[in-house]
Parts: sequence; C-alpha cells; structure tokens
Amino acid sequence: MKELKIDAKDMDYRELNEKIHEVLDENKDLEKLVLENVLGQRFIGNGVSRKDLTIIVNGVPGGDLGMFMKGPKVVVNGNADHAPGNTMDEGFVVIHGSSGDVTGHSMRGGKVYVQGNVGYRSGIHMKEYKYKFPVLVIGGAAKDFLGEYMAGGIILNFNMDKEDTENIEGRMIATGIHGGVIYIRGIVESSQLGIAADIKDFTEEDIEKITPYIEEFCAEFGYSNEIKEKLINSKYTKIAPISSRPFQKLYTPDLR
Amino acid sequence: MIPSTVPPKYKVFVDPERCMLCERCTTECSWGVYRRQGNKILTYPNRCGACLRCASLCPRDAITVTLNQSCGREHPVWTPEVKQDVVTQAKSGCILLSGMGNAKEYPIYFDKIVLDACQVTNPSIDPLREPMELRTYVGKKPEKLEFDYVEEEIDGKKVKKAKLKTKIAPNLKLDTPIMIGHMSYGALSLNSHKAMAKAVKECGTFMGTGEGGLHRDLYGYSDNIITQVASGRFGVNSEYLNKGAAIEIKIGQGAKPGIGGHLPGEKVSAEVSMTRMIPQGSDAISPAPHHDIYSIEDLAQLIRSLKEATRWKMPVFVKISAVHNVSAIANGIATSDADAVVIDGFKGGTGAAPKVFRDNVGIPIEVAIAAVDDRLREQGNRHKISIIASGGIRNSADVFKSIALGADAVYIGTAAMVAMGCTVCGRCYTGQCAWGIATQKPELVKRLEVDDAARRVANLIHAWTHEIQELLGAAGINSIESLRGNRDRLRGVGLSEIELNTLGIKQAGM
Repeated sequence: MKELKIDAKDMDYRELNEKIHEVLDENKDLEKLVLENVLGQRFIGNGVSRKDLTIIVNGVPGGDLGMFMKGPKVVVNGNADHAPGNTMDEGFVVIHGSSGDVTGHSMRGGKVYVQGNVGYRSGIHMKEYKYKFPVLVIGGAAKDFLGEYMAGGIILNFNMDKEDTENIEGRMIATGIHGGVIYIRGIVESSQLGIAADIKDFTEEDIEKITPYIEEFCAEFGYSNEIKEKLINSKYTKIAPISSRPFQKLYTPDLR
Repeated sequence: MIPSTVPPKYKVFVDPERCMLCERCTTECSWGVYRRQGNKILTYPNRCGACLRCASLCPRDAITVTLNQSCGREHPVWTPEVKQDVVTQAKSGCILLSGMGNAKEYPIYFDKIVLDACQVTNPSIDPLREPMELRTYVGKKPEKLEFDYVEEEIDGKKVKKAKLKTKIAPNLKLDTPIMIGHMSYGALSLNSHKAMAKAVKECGTFMGTGEGGLHRDLYGYSDNIITQVASGRFGVNSEYLNKGAAIEIKIGQGAKPGIGGHLPGEKVSAEVSMTRMIPQGSDAISPAPHHDIYSIEDLAQLIRSLKEATRWKMPVFVKISAVHNVSAIANGIATSDADAVVIDGFKGGTGAAPKVFRDNVGIPIEVAIAAVDDRLREQGNRHKISIIASGGIRNSADVFKSIALGADAVYIGTAAMVAMGCTVCGRCYTGQCAWGIATQKPELVKRLEVDDAARRVANLIHAWTHEIQELLGAAGINSIESLRGNRDRLRGVGLSEIELNTLGIKQAGM
C-alpha cells in the first residue's frame, strides 16, 4: 500500500490544502495519506475527487472537513469542528470523537459517522437523488434542529449514553422535513418535532434497513458484538415527513 | 369551494366578425380561457392573466384583452386589485404568490436623473471614429502594483526589464458591462437558458445559472457561465463549481429580501430533478438563511471553501438584496475574500414571491449603489471588490446611470426575458407560461425557438452597448473605467435635497 505523510504543524490552511492537492496530483496511485499535527486547518479534503484513497487526520481539523468531496475516506483521530461533510458528493468521513454544528450539512451522497455527539442543526438539508443517498450516523447525542429541512437520505442517532427506554433531549427535530428518514434510539415526544415532521411506526423492515449501518458503525469504531446486538435490538423512534410538499397549502391556489 | 365575489380583472373579446374558428386561441392559451362550442368561441376571462399570447398569434386579429372596467364603484383607495386580493385571501386563507418584479408605483430614481453631455469647453468624442473602451474586469484589484526589475541582454545591450511582482486576483473579463443575472433552470425553461447562453457567448459576457444547477446541455458554455450556490445547494458539486467562470453565493434576492426560495413540486420535472439532484415532484426548498452562515466570518468561510474547491482560480461573488443597511453588509463582504458584491434592488424580478414581499420589501437599487460605493470608498475597500447592480435595469440609460453612481457592471433579468418574448404578465410561479419561458411543460417549452430567442437577446445587448458608447462619447469620456462612480456626470430633477445627498448627485442647474 502506497502511503505518504504530511506534517501540518504550523501550516496555514491554504498551505496545507495546496500541499494535499500537490501530493495527490503527483501520486496518482496513493492509497493512504496521513496528516499529522492537524490543528484547526479548515477545508481538508475540500473538492478532492479520488476513490480508493484514505486520508488519516491526526488532530483536530477545522470547519468544512470534506466539503464537496467525491470519493475518499477520511478518518479523523480527534474531534471535528463544524460542518464536516458539507455538501459532500461521495465518500466516507469517520470521526473518532465529536463534531460541531451543521454536521453533514446539505450532504448529497456518501456517509458521515460520528462516534460522539454532534452540534445544532446536524443533517440539515441532506438530500438524495437516485443512486446518491447520504447517511449520517451519530453515536452520541444530537443538539436541536436535527435533520432540519431534510430532503433525503438517512440519519441514525444512537444516544449510546442512554437506555432506549429514556426520553432523548432535543427540540424542533426535523423541522421542514420533506424527504428522507430519521431513526433515533430512545423515546421522542411529538412535542419535540418541528413542523412537517411525523412519528411513524418502527417496523421489522426498518430494523433490516438500519442493521447494515449499525454493523458498519461498530466495525469502524471497534465496538463489541454485545454492543452491536444491543443497538440492533433497541427501540427507535422513526421520524419521517408528513408530505414531500409540506408547504403546498401555504400559498393560494387562485390565479392572480 | 368558496365562490369569488369580484368580477374578472380582464375582459376577453373575440370579434365574431373576424374570427374564422381556427381554434388557435384554444391551443395557444395555456390557462384555458378559450373553448369552442358549436360555431362560437367561448371565453372564461377569470382565468386570463393578460399574457397576450392569444391576441399576438390570432391570425385574424380577432382577439382583444382589456382591463375590465365594470368592477363596481370607483374608489381611490379600494382599487379593484386591492379588493381582489382581499377576496382571494378571504377564500383561501393563504399567502398570495406573484411573479416578476415590484408592481407598485414607487418613484423610479433612474427617471429623475439626467446625464451630462459635452459641448464646447470639453469636446465630445465621436464613437464612430474613436475607440470606446467598454471592457470591464469584475473582481479584486490590487491596491498598488509592485515590479521586479530584471536585467536582460537584448542585441548585446543590457536592458532593465520590469516584471510584475503583484499577484493579480482572478477577474472576469467582460466585453460589455451588461451580464444576464441568475434565473434558475426550473424557474425558466431549458430553451430559455440555452438562448441566453448563446447570446452571452456571442456578446462576450456572462449569464448566471441561478440556484438550480447547470444542465449538461449548457456545459459547452462554461466560459460564459456564473454558477450559483444558494442555501438549498441544489445541483452543487465540485464538477458544477468548476463548470463556470465564477461562482456566486446567493444570500438575498431583490424581489424577496429576507426569505428563501421555493420551487413547487410541479415544476420539478425529470430533467429539473436531474439537474438539481432531488427526487422528481419533490419541493425544492431553499431556506431563508444559509445554514452555515450566521455572520460575516461564516460567509468568509463559505467563500474560502468555494475557492478551495476551485483551487483559488475563480472569482466568488456574493449577492445580497438592497436593504437599508446594505452598505455596511457590502463593506463586510469586501473584507471577506469575495471578489464582487451583487446588489439586487427591489424592482428585481422573480419566478415566485409572496406578493406582499415583492411589492413592499427592499429599497431602490439606485440609492443602494450610491450608498455602497460611498461606504467602500470611505473605508478604503473599493478596490477589494466590484459592484454589480441589478433589479430594474430597463435600458442602456439605466446601465449608464448605475455605473456613474458607482457600479462596475449590471445584471439584467426581466429585460432579457422580454427580449425573448415575455409580456411581464407576472404568472411565472404557476409554471404555465404560454410563451415557453417560465415553464417546464414540454409542449409549452418548445414554443420558444432557441436560435430566434438567442438572436433577440444578443441584439438587445449589442444595441445597449452601442448606446452606452454613444453616451460615453457625448460625455467626452472614452472609457467605461472613467465613468465608474463619476457622479458629476449626473444631475437630479425633481428630487429633494436629502434624496440628492443620498444619491450623491447635484441638482440640475448646478
């Protein structure tokens, strides 16, 4: 496996990102790129269009990690700042820690897995189109407005620090949702939902749908089989849109 | 269904003496105003929006559409339109939608500004003989130029040669200061987009994609395309961003400041869904704010992330609507790595806006340009950012006055649509445009002939460009650069002192 390393110590974000582009341009067969001493540099992986490439981030990346990215897998050994996976096209972002607000913002494909918690408005405006299907998996808790304006894809929220019989925190969940689906482990009251969202029955079919993601999540973060089984056999609240056209009736049908 | 209590706004008359019952009106009207019954054409005027497709294409000129005057008692306050709106909302309990730009009679400052011309002391220039420089560069300009001097040997002699040391930021090169603003594919038909793309290519200028992504059929025009990134991020991926010559972040729109966009599901056809990358028939909702922008610093981050995605090779614009604190916002934008600020005035058009917004929110573009130009100069930031004015630019004089007030270039929207055949009926939001411009219905889209529409738009831009050259010559100026912010070339007529001060121009006679 061809592997290269960049030491990001004292590098400005532009310097680091340009260096990444240069290394990738010069090494078309590169399979693994390790970034050491990352400390708040933004836009890592921005617009990188490469399959079969893994970028290891050792440290804490800045905002918009993997924005517009198409293809690579990014593994963060640390927390991430806001909006990892912003408008991501394809690829896989794995965060061994927590991430900030708007995680997975407008993601249109690929996957973002966060081991810990995520901030406000995560999964906002995720959307899908045919083969493009975004997936956001959150191990810990999510702040308010999860899945706001969601238009496609899937959000899985495990709340691993709690039992599935407990009420979760969070307000205005899925406000304006008009596509996609959210599964939250634990109890969600309908008063916690935003406009246009609805609680649906969690069925066998849903368990089948989420099981592969649970398995992948546990494999990525090294969770035991016991935990995996516990997650698969937990109770989830399924949240989906009332309609794909939530605001249709807001406007007068009369011709003016 | 609650019945309406007001008569139709328009009266539709088919002259039986002239009508030959060809039934063309029944097929041309996409609103269903006409139906043949026996030897008569029946009309349903309550469906008519006065788009005039029927009257324009009736082979016998048998159709007239007039304002219906029989709407009861005349009243200066409770006009037929006011009553109609109340009744419509009383029926439905819903927000009124509308298309196109502000339809109220606010003062048009452009029409109260006159241009200066040279006579004897400062002679005018004849643009037919002399070159007139209309080339415009949109983007950051360096504060000063620095050179390195390198000694070179040429023909045995040592010569000191200057080499530019200053790095020039990427700029857009325009042959004329007129661009076509952002109207999305989805709001407009693909044929409209193709026509505009052909026209701007011919004229050496640019058109915006709007927020609906870029259809593959337009990839060949990427040198003349400005891609847009709005809060919905429709069709945005790195391929799209790199398919344009510049990127525009849409924060606001003149026709509806402070609110988002909303393309109704009926307009999301298979092709639109592919371009926007959302399921067919689903609403395309662009929320009011960008979810990752809650401050100027956040905006700066989005600008930089777009620059990263395009390796800092493209200028990035930020479009805001003209509102009272526009100059402070524009100044913030100037300090955030943006290359141009687009200011959209309240007469700017739209595919769909709540009527209350279209007609009441925002400020005129004329005062916004003046205020922004003033503030940027005061802060020493004018070179850091270009100003593009849009929203209600109707003719070459408006372009000229905008530039003299401080803009670098303008966007036109409605004018380009009118060139293609739009009659400003204002029903774009229904998706039923009978002229094939603001619709996705295949049978209507094909009514717009691409080459013909492209010719008309290109002719319009050429004509205005010639007129601007003439106006420049008359003002004794041979370059558009010398007109920019040159408000001494303008005089106000019929404006109050405070209006003159805000616009930064003198009263006529002074």
